[in-house]
Amino acid sequence: MVRLGALAVGLFFCIAVLWGAVQPRDAVIPDPVKALYKHPTEIAWVHNGAANLGITGTFDRKQLQRGFQVYKEVCSGCHSINRVAFRDLADLGFTVPEIKAIAAGYEVPSIDDKTGEPATRPGTPADKFPLIYPNEIAARAAQNGALPPDLSLIVKAREGGTNYINSLINGYAEAPASWTVPDGLYYNPYFKSLNIAMPPPLAVDDQITYVDGAKSTKVQYAKDIAVFLTWTAEPKLEARKETGMAAIIFLLIMTGLGYLSYKKVWADLKRKPA
Amino acid sequence: MSFPWAKQYQPTTDFGKYMDKQLPVPRLVYSALGAGYPTPRNLNYFYNFGVLNGVALVIQIVTGVILGMHYAPSTLVAFDSIEHIMRDVNSGWMFRYMHAVGASFFFAVVYVHIFRGLYYGSFKPPREVLWMLGLVIFLLMMATAFMGYVLVWGQMSFWGATVITGLFSAIPVVGGYIQTLLLGGFAPDNATLNRFASLHYLLPFVIFGVVILHIWSLHIPGSNNPTGVDVKGPQDTVPFHPYYTAKDFFGLGVYLTLFAAMVFFAPNLLGEVDNYIPANPLSTPAHIVPEWYFWPFYAILRAFTVDFFFIPAKLLGVLAMFAAILLLFFLPWLDTSPVRSNAYRPLNRILFWVFVAVTLVLGVAGGKPAEEPWVMLSQVFTAYYFAHFLILMPLVSRFEKTLPLPNSISESVLAKYGKTPAAPGASFGGAVAQPAE
Repeated sequence: MVRLGALAVGLFFCIAVLWGAVQPRDAVIPDPVKALYKHPTEIAWVHNGAANLGITGTFDRKQLQRGFQVYKEVCSGCHSINRVAFRDLADLGFTVPEIKAIAAGYEVPSIDDKTGEPATRPGTPADKFPLIYPNEIAARAAQNGALPPDLSLIVKAREGGTNYINSLINGYAEAPASWTVPDGLYYNPYFKSLNIAMPPPLAVDDQITYVDGAKSTKVQYAKDIAVFLTWTAEPKLEARKETGMAAIIFLLIMTGLGYLSYKKVWADLKRKPA
Repeated sequence: MSFPWAKQYQPTTDFGKYMDKQLPVPRLVYSALGAGYPTPRNLNYFYNFGVLNGVALVIQIVTGVILGMHYAPSTLVAFDSIEHIMRDVNSGWMFRYMHAVGASFFFAVVYVHIFRGLYYGSFKPPREVLWMLGLVIFLLMMATAFMGYVLVWGQMSFWGATVITGLFSAIPVVGGYIQTLLLGGFAPDNATLNRFASLHYLLPFVIFGVVILHIWSLHIPGSNNPTGVDVKGPQDTVPFHPYYTAKDFFGLGVYLTLFAAMVFFAPNLLGEVDNYIPANPLSTPAHIVPEWYFWPFYAILRAFTVDFFFIPAKLLGVLAMFAAILLLFFLPWLDTSPVRSNAYRPLNRILFWVFVAVTLVLGVAGGKPAEEPWVMLSQVFTAYYFAHFLILMPLVSRFEKTLPLPNSISESVLAKYGKTPAAPGASFGGAVAQPAE
């Protein structure tokens, strides 16, 4: 009985699904975006990215500080890093007085303690980097309808991560004849819809004066900001790898000992002849 | 436990004797996991996965309880609270990654465990209830994992919840009510997040309860083994402790090493980047895909592309997806071959490996966007999935000519070690086996 029922159910599903399989398929219209889209260029980062399999590798503190400088002087015109606190900048090698000075340079939302009205006050190390726009509508109104995303997590929120940021910044190009870019947008083959609202942010050399003497080129800016944003997305990356090394070493020793005791326990059952 | 030659717990201290009369926990442990539990002596490494499942469950519960201390199930702050765990909670990043990667590892070891059961015929009598309890655990795990994924309240959480609860709307008449009941509204919102958080905390303990029943049911007939032959006497078994505690500890070490490698060096490898974007009801991601462990079932769901007579394609897909799991409950009565292990079933063994390949292809197809050739592959392989269990398996089990079985476990072990005339493929030629004590 069970088998007859099973046979009926099995035949029903098989025929129903194969009935779909033999239907003619819609003609595939080639997607013009797919033809022009480019995958991010792979670069061997010292830290090996936020999600990639990299066992060692730490951030370059100088590069992080340069990336922060790029963020502050260029990106922060439109993009916030609202999940990062000023105190986190200690990871970049900044000292406490430096962090206090950086924080004080920002106005963070507050409440006037006399009137109770919304107000602002200078930031402290405990504050997060403030939003650039109070809300999405304000952002779109100021940005010609576009929404500059918060960059705190952007490296983990995009396929290709660090490579994606680097490729995108350097990726602006002339649109091919087959592709029309709407007014107010820019052609960038690394952006998923190819039309990006962000104007080329780091398009010329010598836009930024690096204090550490690194070459001030647009290629360098893109790398530095990509690494900085990797850190904002995964501030515990170094702690994670360090802990990982210790954990793996411990587990390998434990497993090795476990193997030896397993062999010893079973020796009397699997003994070779003398 | 179930074998007359099982050793009995003997309390040696006065306190031990006192406790044994009132709360004999040591006796329980001794008989369930200790020297008092005779276990077939020929279990291979695939039999480690039961213990690995248990450990994976405990890791999920422990890390989950810790995460629950810092997570806030409100649509306003759920995503932020997880980033708070990642950035500001001491070692929060580690617990969060352990929990996320742990879910993937849990499913991975459960799948191996299920396929092990399929290969060695562990679902056959006298272990049908054991098998069905395992399937109940599997279903509970799927519900728990899905709801846990929604708690992140990222883009894929939100849209996954929309798609999966939307499946219920395909059920005629009551579907819409069920969907509204699941969501607590007409779209995923705060009510959804709250009830999912509540159930996500509850269900692991339900799973734990069913696991106890699963182990209890296992201990009545005892473990199956790679030959599928029943235990006949003391020479066929070894005490669980120290033999299998030692072997399981080694297997656990390997598992934890792989787990740590993923947690610490590639925690986001199996995740979706879109789930690092906070949920936005106004923006649909290009490809909505569930986590990898649902991909074969997702492929079956999407394989039904056209209506069949009066049945809409969506309903067919939903029915097929649920049927794909529920039919496993009938397996003990579909595969009627008296021989359990595929080691002695040449035809069914081929079918088994074809089925493994088919599930893997369905898995890949389920993770791809709904484009050719993946749709066509999903359809053909979905048909095979049902044909395998519901048509081929009953036929093969009836007409297959099986190989001769060894007389006993110990005989097969002795043959393997070359004591008796060497069996074909014996790999430890020349070794002498000792009978179990």
